[in-house]
Amino acid sequence: MALLQIAEPGESAAPHQHRLAVGIDLGTTNSLVATVRSGLAVVLSDELGRPLLPSVVRYLADGSSEVGYEAQARQAFDPRNTIVSVKRFMGRGINDLSDREALPYAFASGEGMLRLATVAGLKSPVEVSAEILRNLRRRAEASLGGQLVGAVITVPAYFDDAQRQATKDAARLAGLPVLRLLNEPTAAAIAYGLDNAAEGVYAVYDLGGGTFDISILRLARGIFEVLATGGDSALGGDDFDRRIFCWIIEAAKLKPLSVEDASMLLTRAREAKEYLTFHGAAPITARLGSGELVDLTLTTETFAEITQTLVAKTIQPVKKALRDAGLSVTDVKGVVMVGGATRMPQIQRAVGEFFRQEPLNNLDPDKVVAVGAATQANLLAGNRAAGDDWLLLDVIPLSLGLETMGGLVEKIIPRNSTIPTARAQEFTTFRDGQTALAVHVVQGERELVSDCRSLARFELRGIPPMVAGAPRIRVSFQVDADGLLAVTAREQTSGAEASIVVKPSYGLSDDEIAGMLKESLTHVKDDAQRRALKESQVEAQRLIEAVRSALTADSDLLAADELARIDSNIVRLQSAALSDNRRQIVLTMDDLESATREFAARRMDKSIRRAFAGRNISELDGETTIAKSGEAA
Amino acid sequence: MAVTLSERAASHIANYMAKRGKGIGLRVGVRTSGCSGMAYKLEFADTALPDDIEFESHGVRLLVDPKSLPYLDGTELDYAREGLNEGFRFNNPNVKDACGCGESFNV
Repeated sequence: MALLQIAEPGESAAPHQHRLAVGIDLGTTNSLVATVRSGLAVVLSDELGRPLLPSVVRYLADGSSEVGYEAQARQAFDPRNTIVSVKRFMGRGINDLSDREALPYAFASGEGMLRLATVAGLKSPVEVSAEILRNLRRRAEASLGGQLVGAVITVPAYFDDAQRQATKDAARLAGLPVLRLLNEPTAAAIAYGLDNAAEGVYAVYDLGGGTFDISILRLARGIFEVLATGGDSALGGDDFDRRIFCWIIEAAKLKPLSVEDASMLLTRAREAKEYLTFHGAAPITARLGSGELVDLTLTTETFAEITQTLVAKTIQPVKKALRDAGLSVTDVKGVVMVGGATRMPQIQRAVGEFFRQEPLNNLDPDKVVAVGAATQANLLAGNRAAGDDWLLLDVIPLSLGLETMGGLVEKIIPRNSTIPTARAQEFTTFRDGQTALAVHVVQGERELVSDCRSLARFELRGIPPMVAGAPRIRVSFQVDADGLLAVTAREQTSGAEASIVVKPSYGLSDDEIAGMLKESLTHVKDDAQRRALKESQVEAQRLIEAVRSALTADSDLLAADELARIDSNIVRLQSAALSDNRRQIVLTMDDLESATREFAARRMDKSIRRAFAGRNISELDGETTIAKSGEAA
Repeated sequence: MAVTLSERAASHIANYMAKRGKGIGLRVGVRTSGCSGMAYKLEFADTALPDDIEFESHGVRLLVDPKSLPYLDGTELDYAREGLNEGFRFNNPNVKDACGCGESFNV
């Protein structure tokens, strides 16, 4: 007999028509699945009552795989085929990994997303993540007694398009319809009901097993905006275990340990850490393989002392994130604690002291992200209570734009725009007779393409040959609710169209994103000057192109000395355009313009006199540059 | 005529109501639909309707509409666990046969 849940008034589902939806926290170290049951968001445990699923997948020779605790237990024996922390590889190329040598995996070389060579064949991070998601999906279906209509999956706020797309692909592979990707800090804020709270700035402090993330969010009109993110991708609760481990070795004056002894003491260290959350002192006893007995007591004071530097290491990125957001501690209205490691009293104290307020910690920090995601999933699946009809919006983390002449970035969708969103801008050609246009989509905050991340390239072909600046090419950027981008370019007169769904082969690293945000803030003035210079250089090139094409068509209108004067001015401008002297470029451009004024007048007369004559429309091979509309010469 | 709750069901309902933060009780009913004729309705109640028949069981207020009551008379609502799944179960003496999963039934 089916087991029923209590519905909101008037919302009872017809039999066999339950809209079962879950929230999934797909974590670096552990993953969780949660759902809303009888109006209450709960994390679903496995058969043994364990809520967490270690994000570990082990591949076996027969092509099958183990996931979770089972795989974790075999990690030491089969490191090459046991994939841990796969989240770090999502949407990444092999060259994005700086610590490749330190990892036990055999990476397959090649372009695009990296692949791991396992005993069961080549596996992409997407496939590995799909194993984890499939396991959680089965758990959810067994717990809810039916098929899921979909899931909300959380991703770090700094995840770029490639990483989000990879996460979505993993879900599809696991047979899990994705209702929405949701930023992890946003999910945590939802779990605390902050989406219904007063508008203001909130900080989300997330100290997981092996990663630390800080996010500064602003809630305005029901929308969470990510103001800044920061963190340390190699700092987490495990580091605290290791500090205790080192303390044990020193305090007990132990000789070099065997692998078994080391692994046992590391477990004792973790147990002591957890014990100290609720007690003033933790006993640590262990008998080593040699028969030697370790019998120590670790006090909270000693623990705080030996981990002081680790705690301080988390506060640095917090300060930086606040600075990046242009805010001070007093602007922060609430602090949400996420991740099991935030249970440690010294962390609670340090965060409380820094923000000068008690952090929000009454929800289980391991479960808070999954619970928030489940709440959102329940709404998106249509299980809404009356008057509960809000829909949370998210924002894009980094600006999206495209490359224009001179390697400049024209931002189409600025960062922190709420999604879904669509924006369009008109562009035109740079050269006469240009029949193709290269569209280069980039993401980042800086003014120059070389400082931003390249997302995709495509070409719009079949533009009718026209003079530079005449074609009207509308480029539209569309970002869906998951933050994924589609770009379309359309030439308005001919209707020629080309488009791409951005699915880049590489992603940005966390550090790169954080770095890019920071650089854009520190380089604002610098960038503006460089942009002005670049624009003058582009303008100069455009002028030279225009004069040259006029000369090709109508040089017969000029006397020899006039032609020589124009030529010498072109040469002068060419060399000026190579310099960094913007003023010099502008002055030389004026010279060329005045030298060609008479010529332009004569051409005008000529064109009035003659009937509509053919233009030079030879296609310029490979020359597919793009110009901003309204700037053509 | 009565509808009752098991103690376990009552404590779960009380817990859900407290977390929900509003509501006066639980609305139980039947409606026609499903593969086997009828289906249960189990909802939080924010308001009582004029015709409602009320019961109280282990401190929880139960509201039943008069049309549903004949089909539910003698029912005990229990909270059960089946493997990973958990939820409410109607132990209804009036049911003659139910569909495979028991979500809809005949009287």
